[in-house]
Amino acid sequence: MSTGTPPISVTDLKGARVVNFTDSKILDEANIKNIGDSIAALIDESPQPRILLDFTGVDHLSSAALGMLINANKRVKEKNGMLRLAHIKPQIYDVFVITKLNMLFKILPTRDAALDSFANTV
Amino acid sequence: MSRKSSKSPADSTSKPSHFVFPSDYAKMREVQDQIMAAVHANGYDNDDLFAIKLCVEEGLINAIKHGNKLDAGKSVHVKFSVTPERFEITIRDEGAGFHRQAVPDPTDPANWEKPSGRGLLLMEAYMNEIEYAAEGRQIRMMKLKTR
Repeated sequence: MSTGTPPISVTDLKGARVVNFTDSKILDEANIKNIGDSIAALIDESPQPRILLDFTGVDHLSSAALGMLINANKRVKEKNGMLRLAHIKPQIYDVFVITKLNMLFKILPTRDAALDSFANTV
Repeated sequence: MSRKSSKSPADSTSKPSHFVFPSDYAKMREVQDQIMAAVHANGYDNDDLFAIKLCVEEGLINAIKHGNKLDAGKSVHVKFSVTPERFEITIRDEGAGFHRQAVPDPTDPANWEKPSGRGLLLMEAYMNEIEYAAEGRQIRMMKLKTR
């Protein structure tokens, strides 16, 4: 990833902000912080955010990235919003299972399933 | 960063490779890249590569961030060896050490929302062997090739 490339790209779909990561590896501290800051700004834009983190193309992350996701989840909950994670490859999903974070986050297999889940949640 | 003797990474009888580098993430990446190149050259599959990459990352970051407290004046010492059958790495920092038992269990629901504290759990889950020494300043990890 070149210097200056935004760490995430955002599209609006079905009333949700869909985030894709521009780097396949969510690893080093600087990158994780940039991603976290970008997601935080996105959350702050809406009074009741609906954020979908699409992990398409992400093939590696570290425990520090999990911390960033936890902080994002807390921030969304504080605003009575909803956060979904989608399309996580099996190796990375195992990391969520080992750390029991699959119990904390709402993780869906596909982007469409995640988008539908916003509507199905009261 | 200094690198001491080692044979070609593709040599199945390679002697351990040693690295010593300051507590700097850029230097860490250089070392990590060399380690992963050697692992890749020994024919480990995608799952093993993922596991080893994750554990090396966690171990090195722990040494820099938690062990040496990001003090560039403190070094990280790495010794690793890899064959087509097994990967082993020892990472040592120059910090104050820690007690493994004192680290809270991140899988406890009370700790799910804590943003840190999962690196040790992940290393212990993915490696076949893990050993702490030097009052927590040193960790040795070993992974056998899965198939």
